[in-house]
Amino acid sequence: MGMGVDIRNQMAKRAAEEIQSGMVVNLGIGIPSLVPNHLSTETMVMFHAENGITGMGPSPANGEEDENLCNAGGFPVTLNSGGSYCDSAIAFGMIRKGRVDITILGSLQVSQNGDLANWIVPGKKVPGMGGAMELAQKAKKVIVVMNHCDKHGNPKIVASCSLPLTSSECVDLIITDLAVFKVTAEGLLLTELFAPYNLEDVINKTECEFKISENVRNIPY
Amino acid sequence: MDNPFGKITTLERVLELFHNRMTIMFGGFGGVGSPPALIDGILEKGVCELTLIGNDTGFPDIGIGKLVSRERAVKVIASHIGSNPIAGQLIHDGKLEVEFSPQGILAERIRAGGVGLAAILSDIGMDNELVSKEKPRVQLGGKDYLIETALTAEVSIVFAKKADEYGNLIYDKSARNTNPLVAMAGEITIAEVEEIGPLGSLNPEEIITPGVFVDYLIPSKGVNWKWAWE
Repeated sequence: MGMGVDIRNQMAKRAAEEIQSGMVVNLGIGIPSLVPNHLSTETMVMFHAENGITGMGPSPANGEEDENLCNAGGFPVTLNSGGSYCDSAIAFGMIRKGRVDITILGSLQVSQNGDLANWIVPGKKVPGMGGAMELAQKAKKVIVVMNHCDKHGNPKIVASCSLPLTSSECVDLIITDLAVFKVTAEGLLLTELFAPYNLEDVINKTECEFKISENVRNIPY
Repeated sequence: MDNPFGKITTLERVLELFHNRMTIMFGGFGGVGSPPALIDGILEKGVCELTLIGNDTGFPDIGIGKLVSRERAVKVIASHIGSNPIAGQLIHDGKLEVEFSPQGILAERIRAGGVGLAAILSDIGMDNELVSKEKPRVQLGGKDYLIETALTAEVSIVFAKKADEYGNLIYDKSARNTNPLVAMAGEITIAEVEEIGPLGSLNPEEIITPGVFVDYLIPSKGVNWKWAWE
């Protein structure tokens, strides 16, 4: 974990590796919002917000906020050159039509076949699904970035989700603080490990079987 | 200023259109783009047992949240209530009914209502009981779809940056959000506007909502609440 990169940024940096120039990318709240910090300035990305922004830029400086320029979470953002505004129906049209290349979001649980459960927190009131179902179901690639275990130490990667599903069989890639998994037709495939963890750590903290890539990459950051 | 179409009026006059047990549709996303003076006027008039249709229930003291948290609504149709814990509590206490719709499908249901369609076909949330329960399904090209009914309201309230005397509207950045959709879906649409100018003052190529959909214009003094990020 050298270079002082904290774990959240480590995961965000790994997610950023999935982003290529020209992509349209939607970021959830939390760790996904750190992803832009890890993109090179040459990577031309249009960040998409469900309320109706394409080409969203970084947070404004203190005092520079515009109350009518906010992301879907209600926080002030900026607009990059080439960005545009649209109404919310069109913003979701982009999602449903498959124009959003990647959505990066957090989750409470992910199952071995890519089921996503990220909208009802146990013991709390139902907040509504917002745009999560459409993003999970229709973005071309769904990347989940989350801690490997919850705060009680329970595995979040499971054989079958115990929490209500946001969407079934939608997740393509899982990035945790321990490892990276691809979701394949045959179940999960571990492809990468974060230092200092080894395979045994991951097996012990994962509540389902998974295959192991022939060339497991040790992520160098 | 001239008022050749009679659309420019006052808050006091448009408040006559509001009454108990009516359905109101509102523009805005997390309070951004919700019309502050209209919401305050509706609140002060004291109408209650409302059905409110819009993206979310704002925050307790922001946007439509002001009406929700003061128990003026008996039902909301929205995609999210998480930013307004009072809404969650009222639902829990049985004082407020909620119909959740996936965000983009809600927007399209409103749009459908605004363009004279009865429903749309959607494959979002088909395997989720909360979304699909009691909705008829149709098969088209070998695939199943839910029939998602269109939404309309007795009165729609929207917030715009600029208008001309005909009610052509331009919005401000991300405050556009659901406003152009909501503007079309009301039997009567009232726009609260920051700058109202004469005919010809807007570039016709840049108008977002044609004034055809807008019945009344009232001047706005802008947002009067403190944002969560402030």
